[in-house]
Amino acid sequence: MRTAITAVSMVAFAIAAGSAHAGATFEAVKKKGFVQCGVNTGLPGFSVADEKGVWKGIDVDVCRAIAAAVFGDASKVKFTPLTAKERFTALQSGEVDVLSRNTTWTLNRDGGLGIVFTGITYIDGQGFLVKKKLGVKSALKLDGATVCVGSGTTTELNLADYFTLHKMKFKAVVYDTSDETEKAFAAGRCDVLTSDQSQLYALRIKLADPDSAVVLPEVISKEPLGPALRQGDQEWFNVVRWTLFAMLNAEELGVSSENVDQMKGSTNPDIKRLLGVEVIKHGLGVPDDWAYKIVKQVGNYGEIFERNVGSGSPLKIGRGLNALWTKGGLQYAPPIR
Amino acid sequence: MAQIKDPAEAPPTRPPPWNDPRIRAIVFQVLVSAGAVALAAYLVRNLMHNLEMRGISTGFGFLSNRAGFAINQALIPYSEESSTYGRTFVVGLLNTLLVSGLGIVFSTILGFIIGVARLSRNWLVAKLALAYIEIFRNLPLLVQILFWYFAVFLNLPAPSEALHIGDSVFLTLRGLYLPRPEAQAGFGWTVSALVAAIVASVVLAHWSRHRQERTGKPFPAYLGSLVLLAGVPLAAFVLTGRPLLWVKPELAGFNFVGGIAVIPELAALLLSLSIYTAAFIAETVRAGILSVSHGQTEAAYALGLRPSWALRLVIVPQAMRVTIPPLTSQYLNLTKNSSLATAIGYPDLVSLFAGTTLNQTGQAVEVMSMTMAVYLVISLVISMFMNWFNARMALVER
Repeated sequence: MRTAITAVSMVAFAIAAGSAHAGATFEAVKKKGFVQCGVNTGLPGFSVADEKGVWKGIDVDVCRAIAAAVFGDASKVKFTPLTAKERFTALQSGEVDVLSRNTTWTLNRDGGLGIVFTGITYIDGQGFLVKKKLGVKSALKLDGATVCVGSGTTTELNLADYFTLHKMKFKAVVYDTSDETEKAFAAGRCDVLTSDQSQLYALRIKLADPDSAVVLPEVISKEPLGPALRQGDQEWFNVVRWTLFAMLNAEELGVSSENVDQMKGSTNPDIKRLLGVEVIKHGLGVPDDWAYKIVKQVGNYGEIFERNVGSGSPLKIGRGLNALWTKGGLQYAPPIR
Repeated sequence: MAQIKDPAEAPPTRPPPWNDPRIRAIVFQVLVSAGAVALAAYLVRNLMHNLEMRGISTGFGFLSNRAGFAINQALIPYSEESSTYGRTFVVGLLNTLLVSGLGIVFSTILGFIIGVARLSRNWLVAKLALAYIEIFRNLPLLVQILFWYFAVFLNLPAPSEALHIGDSVFLTLRGLYLPRPEAQAGFGWTVSALVAAIVASVVLAHWSRHRQERTGKPFPAYLGSLVLLAGVPLAAFVLTGRPLLWVKPELAGFNFVGGIAVIPELAALLLSLSIYTAAFIAETVRAGILSVSHGQTEAAYALGLRPSWALRLVIVPQAMRVTIPPLTSQYLNLTKNSSLATAIGYPDLVSLFAGTTLNQTGQAVEVMSMTMAVYLVISLVISMFMNWFNARMALVER
């Protein structure tokens, strides 16, 4: 199937006449009336369809926020589940308008793939999940281990780099989906499962007995995850980038989905500008109350974090580096003014 | 005297070029070809243009860049520290060829046995073969692969509780571990003896055929070759003092080290491909045998041939010409189906090169073109070989 997707994309590339002129994606999105968003096929906390088929997760909420900003309606979004292997081709070929799929921002991807990242929705790092009964307490004790890893990820490269750097041997078994990776790890095909730490927590709770596995303390890489777009549409880029900034600013200003209507009456000029009470020249090509709609319908950054991966979720991941800069974390957004 | 022109001698009046069927045919062919080339050129140019507009890197330069990821099974030396993307292509290709080659051998053997069993006069054997064919032919291959991998191989015991034969063969969910033979000084003699035996058996086959044609006396050439091929190298091996060291696999840390490891991904893929394709081959074989009329068998017996000779000299050669063409299709199917490897993490060409490498480089057009070209070439080579084989096996009509 994914070969088919790639093949179709190639044909699409070949046939698509003319070039992507500025604003092409944004115009197309407005015209068709919804945002086509590429998400993970199933990763608790980031993007997963529940039993009713409703998509949930941080990455999914980012898509909803974009829809809220553009259309004033967070439900005007359609999701395309993609594996790690399919994701860039799907974005490059125009199958999705935005890729919000726990994707690491790297130079090679910005530069070589014709895509562009708009920001960081989750600051992550690669770690290791091991069976408790092995008694391994540190990643440096993994010499000779078999490692399960998802295909087509930066994870594969970091893994090889880390073991090479520490002069350790390993065997990698590579799977397409995180479900297969998790199944193989549970069956004992490998001693270690490596992935971004957030994913390790998510996969751990999928195990029949989550307490049988433990996440090792080492974080071996920087994995800034964020939404990516095709290059060449600055207006669309601005909308997606400022959607995230609006959510971060809202949290910083204490504006949440619950109090956003009261906050409209606030005298704080920052809040007035955020919610469009005091109209500033933003030039985003979206209604002036775009940020209000985002916060009202989806929530501020803190809300979506806690709801999907934090205290309000089974994952119970702490804010850590994802706390606001005012709270000792790294999340920081330029001001809306 | 008025000269009367004989109409037959008159030079045929050539029609004007636009009415000449030959010229018209050529013109139209040139036009259509030019159109096709122009379309292809337009598509390629457009593709390059679009890729450039979107800032996607193009070209095959990436093949010499370092890959930097690990591969589970490599038949040639590969290291994540230094090997290139080009090398991942070769590794993937060899893994595809390995599983397809072994699959073709196993499915052919199994298919012939099942196909003959299906025609057995023993009710139980025939019905068992029928059940085999109907079950495995009608279940989707991907389901069978996932079944063998997740339900069978991954339920084998962990390395610490490995099933074992003595202290040299171990079966675990991480794979099958066998002792690895390591040639010592003097092993070259055994190899030379084997080469000599092969040459000798070819000569023997020629000689026995000539003798039979000359005198009518048969010589057991097959048996003789077998004795040569097994006996001579064995004798050399023993005489030179058994210069082969068996490195046994040992459990060290997390895994077995040393020895040969057959990874479960390969085993599951090979098994399901062989079993699935064998069901089709069995039907092909049955069709071939049934296509030879019973009169042929009776005639062979009437000539006094033994049943085994009748089968080998009369029935099988005639059955082959019906069997080989569809057999080619089955081999092609098996080779292409091996790309389902990606479902269970076997590092074949599609999983490794059109998967990981594509994703790390993002150069879908180049990677997919190479991958498609490879499958095309493999398929054409198999086809060519089978056509040659078919021509050899075809009945020579006199």
